[in-house]
Amino acid sequence: MTRRTPDVAPVTWLGMPAFPANAKVQLANDRQRANLTHATRTIRAKRAAVVSEVDDWEQLRLAGAAIKDRTLRHLDTYLVEFEKKLKAAGATVHWARDAAEANQVVIDVTRAAGADEVVKVKSMATQEIELNEALEEAGIAAWETDLAELIVQLGHDSPSHILVPAIHRNRSEIREIFLTEMGRYGRAAPDDLTDDPGRLAEAARIHLREKFLRAKVAVSGANFAVAETGTLVVVESEGNGRMCLTLPETLITVVGIEKVLPTFADLEVFLKLLPRSSTGERMNPYTTMWTGAHGLDGPRDVHVVLVDNGRTNALADQFGRQVLRCIRCSACLNICPVYERVGGHAYGSVYPGPIGAVLTPQLRGHTEAIDASLPFASSLCGACFDVCPVRIEIPDLLVHLRRQVVDEHKRGGLGLERLAMGVLGEVMGNPHSLRAAQIASTLAGKLPIPGIGRKLPGPGASAWTTSRDLPMPAAETFTQWWRKRSDAPGTDEEPDR
Amino acid sequence: MSLFITCINDTMFPHTGRAVVSVLERLGCEVTVPANQTCCGQMFTNSGWFGEGVKSVRAFVRAFADAEVIVGPSGSCVGSVRHQHPMLADDAGDAGLRHEVDQIVARTRELSEFIVDDLGLVDVGAHFPHTVTFHPTCHSVRVAKVGDRPQQLLRAVDGITVVDLPHAEECCGFGGTFSVKNPDVSAAMGTDKVAHAVASGAEYVVAGDNSCLLHIGGLAHRTKAPIRTIHLAEILASTQDAPFMAGAAR
Repeated sequence: MTRRTPDVAPVTWLGMPAFPANAKVQLANDRQRANLTHATRTIRAKRAAVVSEVDDWEQLRLAGAAIKDRTLRHLDTYLVEFEKKLKAAGATVHWARDAAEANQVVIDVTRAAGADEVVKVKSMATQEIELNEALEEAGIAAWETDLAELIVQLGHDSPSHILVPAIHRNRSEIREIFLTEMGRYGRAAPDDLTDDPGRLAEAARIHLREKFLRAKVAVSGANFAVAETGTLVVVESEGNGRMCLTLPETLITVVGIEKVLPTFADLEVFLKLLPRSSTGERMNPYTTMWTGAHGLDGPRDVHVVLVDNGRTNALADQFGRQVLRCIRCSACLNICPVYERVGGHAYGSVYPGPIGAVLTPQLRGHTEAIDASLPFASSLCGACFDVCPVRIEIPDLLVHLRRQVVDEHKRGGLGLERLAMGVLGEVMGNPHSLRAAQIASTLAGKLPIPGIGRKLPGPGASAWTTSRDLPMPAAETFTQWWRKRSDAPGTDEEPDR
Repeated sequence: MSLFITCINDTMFPHTGRAVVSVLERLGCEVTVPANQTCCGQMFTNSGWFGEGVKSVRAFVRAFADAEVIVGPSGSCVGSVRHQHPMLADDAGDAGLRHEVDQIVARTRELSEFIVDDLGLVDVGAHFPHTVTFHPTCHSVRVAKVGDRPQQLLRAVDGITVVDLPHAEECCGFGGTFSVKNPDVSAAMGTDKVAHAVASGAEYVVAGDNSCLLHIGGLAHRTKAPIRTIHLAEILASTQDAPFMAGAAR
């Protein structure tokens, strides 16, 4: 059977090499680096400007963290309440332990509706479960309707950012993709298409319009799920979401179980935190809320798929569970100096950047090379925590997960590192050992070779000296100097204080 | 006050330690250097080796048990004592150690904090007739939270010209073992930091952490970039009578 939607590579992230190898490949892509630097600096400045307008921003962050923490502690209660309210409002609720179960629900509901295609609202949950590929394999075409997701889908590409999936592309690349690909999957782009953003958006609008009007089934995610009322909330910028959420007869919403909020009033905090942190806007252009089905007004058949897919693993870790506070704003990606240079694809997951480095290993575990390397993909600079609207302590979480990886791999791999850390741990735990080791280092400092090293042997030293010089250790340590000075006569007079 | 020299300054940058002693004695402090000190243990902790890290915590607590005030010329090492030592003590399930750590943390200062807050000084009588730019290292700002105290001290130095560092708040890419576990990303970040330092027009890029300067200076030296690195303490130690002399310190 021929494919109906553009094929993608890589289809799956698993089996990828570890982060440092991926990063090296991405760093060599000069055009991508220029695109990312420009885009992240722009959005960073926008965020900083609108956040600085809010006097009680820190209180909002604290409130956001507190609401999420309370919800996570009583998640079972709130989820059951949410299910009850949804059912009372005429929706059908499905529970999915993993990606395969969630995908099967969407396939079954779509088939039951007699449809062989769906239109999609931008959604991280459906990217996470790789829904589009599962639907394609079941003979169902999934059409992305968010502009950036459309660019990624038509480009046979993978998202590289949570909020701006095509952030690694510039507008001339987008023009090329539209000209080449649009006609193969629907209405073609006009031949005289330029790289003017207005013209590009117009081409996407015309291409998508026939899909919106034709679709019988829509698939969305949700930003928030209110337990008290059974209400789902989607915030977006383009209006494509509003089309998907109101036009088709059947609406299937795939929601991670951590998206639930206890009360409608809690939205006040999050609808302030999210747009300012995310797009750098005071308010997002479209906020759609719906509570079950309402006869002929909007979709008649409303389904909600509540997905675990590893979230309860994170929930079981008392320190690690704060990652489930995340509202997918992307502020940590935009501020991250590592993300800015390597982009999203190096992280081997739809969740890149700092949040991906702490979320992915908790959702998937760390047996794969890529997942075990993610907690180390950070200089621990801490900029991510400063911008996180729900105060996720990403640097401490990275260290927490590094410890888990080390504990898990200690006995198998990590031979050299285990040796080095073991020896150094003893040295630093014992001043006499340290002084003895320093005698060795000062001997190196006394060698008659130039004072700055260039190509040094050994795994750690050669990784350092590939691009940087390393000074030789000093010929006399500070403590050696201090002891000589203290022992010398005439230097022990009492200073004034 | 008791000097927490830090292992990297002790072994690689003894001239920074001598500069700290020089400036603090000039300001009238009685400097002691507890002989049995080792290291903050951050390298172990941040690499995921908590069991090895807590050995350094115990050594630190023993070494500085009697210290009145503990002063370290590194935002990163002081930040580690403040932020990670309590965590490591808890992780070890050792309430006694946690109690000792809490007492010691309350008495631990980064160099600029000690001068500005404890001594109540901004002008330390230094003279440094050069153009410099200041890199606020991530751990000094975001973990130790020293604020703008280093800049206050720098601006009060006689003869100095302080110019802005573009994108100053961005990480230089050192990151401890990050620099060898992710050497390509680390070097890419550092290369940008060197470019920004050169673009500032300064002769020296100044910081309160020699570990970051080791990385920035190593990249600058390899690429022959026209910028030198210097620790804040060496500028504060420099006077009309005893000026800083590049290269002479080693």
